[in-house]
Amino acid sequence: MATTEFTLDDLKRILREGAGADEGVDLDGDILDTGFEELGYESLALLETGGRIEREFGITLDDDVLTDAHTPRALIAAVNALLGVGAAA
Amino acid sequence: MTARRVVITGMEVLAPGGIGTKNFWSLLSEGRTATRGITFFDPSPFRSRVAAEIDFDPEEHGLSPQEVRRMDRAAQFAVVAARGAVADSGIEVEEYDPYRVGVTIGSAVGATMGLDEEYRIVSDGGRLDLVDHTYAVPHLYNYLVPSSFAAEVAWAVGAQGPSTVVSTGCTSGIDSVGHAVELIREGSADVVVAGSSDAPISPITMACFDAIKATTPRHDEPERASRPFDGTRNGFVLGEGAAVFVLEELGSARRRGAHIYAEITGYATRSNAYHMTGLRPDGAEMAEAIRVALDEARMNPEEIDYINAHGSGTKQNDRHETAAFKRSLGEHAYRTPVSSIKSMVGHSLGAIGSIEIAASALAMEHNVVPPTANLHTPDPECDLDYVPLTARDQITDAVLSVGSGFGGFQSAMVLARPERSAA
Amino acid sequence: MSTAVVVTGLGVVSPNGLGTNDFWAATRGGKSGIGRITRFDPSQYPARLAGEIPGFVAEDHLPNRLLPQTDRMTRLALVAADWALADAGVTPAELPEFDMGVVTASHSGGFEFGQNELRKLWSLGSQHVSAYQSFAWFYAVNSGQISIRNGMKGPSGVVVSDQAGGLDAVAQARRQIRKGTALIVSGAVDASICPWGWVAQLAGGRLSASDEPTRAYLPFDADARGHVPGEGGAILVLESAEAARRRGAKVYGEIAGYGATIDPRPGSGGEPGLRRALETALADAGIRPDEVDVVFADAAAVPELDRAEADAINAVFGVGGVPVTAPKTMTGRLYSGAAPLDLAAAFLAMADGLIPPTVNTEPLPEYGLDLVGPQPRPAQVRTAVVLARGQGGFNSAVVVRGVE
Repeated sequence: MATTEFTLDDLKRILREGAGADEGVDLDGDILDTGFEELGYESLALLETGGRIEREFGITLDDDVLTDAHTPRALIAAVNALLGVGAAA
Repeated sequence: MTARRVVITGMEVLAPGGIGTKNFWSLLSEGRTATRGITFFDPSPFRSRVAAEIDFDPEEHGLSPQEVRRMDRAAQFAVVAARGAVADSGIEVEEYDPYRVGVTIGSAVGATMGLDEEYRIVSDGGRLDLVDHTYAVPHLYNYLVPSSFAAEVAWAVGAQGPSTVVSTGCTSGIDSVGHAVELIREGSADVVVAGSSDAPISPITMACFDAIKATTPRHDEPERASRPFDGTRNGFVLGEGAAVFVLEELGSARRRGAHIYAEITGYATRSNAYHMTGLRPDGAEMAEAIRVALDEARMNPEEIDYINAHGSGTKQNDRHETAAFKRSLGEHAYRTPVSSIKSMVGHSLGAIGSIEIAASALAMEHNVVPPTANLHTPDPECDLDYVPLTARDQITDAVLSVGSGFGGFQSAMVLARPERSAA
Repeated sequence: MSTAVVVTGLGVVSPNGLGTNDFWAATRGGKSGIGRITRFDPSQYPARLAGEIPGFVAEDHLPNRLLPQTDRMTRLALVAADWALADAGVTPAELPEFDMGVVTASHSGGFEFGQNELRKLWSLGSQHVSAYQSFAWFYAVNSGQISIRNGMKGPSGVVVSDQAGGLDAVAQARRQIRKGTALIVSGAVDASICPWGWVAQLAGGRLSASDEPTRAYLPFDADARGHVPGEGGAILVLESAEAARRRGAKVYGEIAGYGATIDPRPGSGGEPGLRRALETALADAGIRPDEVDVVFADAAAVPELDRAEADAINAVFGVGGVPVTAPKTMTGRLYSGAAPLDLAAAFLAMADGLIPPTVNTEPLPEYGLDLVGPQPRPAQVRTAVVLARGQGGFNSAVVVRGVE
């Protein structure tokens, strides 16, 4: 069964649309394990990002997902777990 | 030259759970809560579905049909509270030079209810980008610009002096009164009808606080939803209301034999210059506002008998504020009762600062410290005396009331008995 | 003796000029920024002209991270504040953070931002509302964002008194400096030229329905028919004279006097409060009417309001007793941004020795005003008065004075 996957490209697109991007940060670099704070995104930007992910992918993120996922890798994994991606493997 | 001293000689409170100062104080002193499931609209699509609503019939409170028609609910609150405050003070405005009577009304979000509803209509439920002016109500301009609140109050009480709306987010209710104090001290006015009003319980407000998870989703127990300083707190409960005061110079208040609730001896506001919604945990800027307000009041931290906290019940606020009290008052912070009436009446944004000034003045009036309701579970990060659940009898001669708001604003006000702070 | 408060920096965002130099060159030359609305199709509305600011590209001036969370008026205000600070030669990071504050006025907040979120709320559902809606539209946003961008932790404030608010903010800034803060960023920028803002302004009943940019906004004219709204305003850096002197700052002039009143209830028959506001401001500045070199009029362009303003000016200065001008005939009424822009124009007039023009209007003789015409008038300007009135009856007056 085809399942929608939430990718790093999705995240970068949503971050740029919803919260913008810090001029001093290269989002297209190797950012998977860079902390969101270091990327220039504070909790409010992540709430906006979370809201957009929820709407686009039709999921509901628990309150602590956004506070606990400190890196793109962690957030992508949390979203994909909700989407059922990887869980079936 | 001695500075002019400013006292509160009249007040009226419209708060959830009871309209009128007396009902308000009963609620607080009995530790009852007025939070409930939202009834103004269908809250089922929302994350947070609780609020502290007022059961308010404007005509019952003396507003004419035309006044009701042209005013947003928040303006209605302001006018009812202003008339009540003037009546309570016993002043006859006609006996003054009207240009020496000012008006300052605080409001964070203005005519939000009116704007939300009117947008829905002129946009035909959000379908029209080019919204249709032919469906707009004639008083839509008064919703657009909330200075209409100050104009309505000025007309209602007959004031013609300096008049404005103060809109500094959730510190509006303190800053509006602080602004009025400055007008009297500098000699721009002799009397100011000052206070604040907000009626934000509308879909757009609930939606924006949902988006930042600032309001509590605890709708299974609405009456226990607002839990400032409690370890299980998870957001504030939106409220509505107004409190308006008559402020005047001490000497003239004494000459006319007015009842004096309290003197406003110190006020300051500072900004955290950090974030529109976030707070640094150290509370440094609120502490600075408190320090400056005490300095203006010429009081030591040890003289503060009670702190009326902002206590919104969000994780970050209550921690931030606790740090600010310790930073500004030192060891005395641990010996001073601190409470949040938002546990009972919710957080009415720009209005709550004035409602809390009313609570502070009433605490002095009755020598009773209102409690923090719903406080059962200690939080190691909030380790002061928050007066859980039950009001406390205590001689209360001086009170510190603080507020913190979006935009980074931090405000503090000190109230004292006038005989206590010798000139 | 109260502390003297001076203006040391100007940041201008006006329909007829972005930046102080462009604005002043346009204003001296009588160049108008009024035209048909371009930001949306105004055909269906009974008013279609506005003073829009052309050519403002926020991306060129502000960090990308700020854009999704700001309304147009906040972007304009942040840039105007940057320009004002640069003009004042102030680097905020070098000054004590609690010694700088921000006091602005607002009219209708970030109304376009609010419009977009309301549309999402009602057409798509509450989950579609932006996290930034919690502050991007509210009246306090400009003060908050300016304080954050510049690290200013001193006293801040926001006043709303319709078009009079721009002067009330400057007065509140002066008050805070007198209480001990060295520097306050003040003034106001408004912008609500969006369909929802337009419809709300139409409800106020004072917009001109004319389609001719040169005939639409005619204060004190027989054909006065309401005003054209605009967007923009000015941000000013205010400092104590002492602090300005200490750092050797260039000084435009002093905020020397202020007065504010509100009219009696409509229909009560009492005199409007503008005269008293003007008298209070002159008394506060400690000057006589004959020392005033020019009055920047509120210029409502509603006959009854023009009459009231002329009466107040004539009562204080005598009929034809003072030059009166309304450069806002080139920008439209900018709501709380209008009076700070007039303050900027007053300081620039002092520097250049000329009074900026009032365009398009042919003043009715019975108003008895010495209205400066479509050409700038050479004059030594040492003291100026700026008047501003807001719907609801707000009246404010500020006296500014050059410094030796």
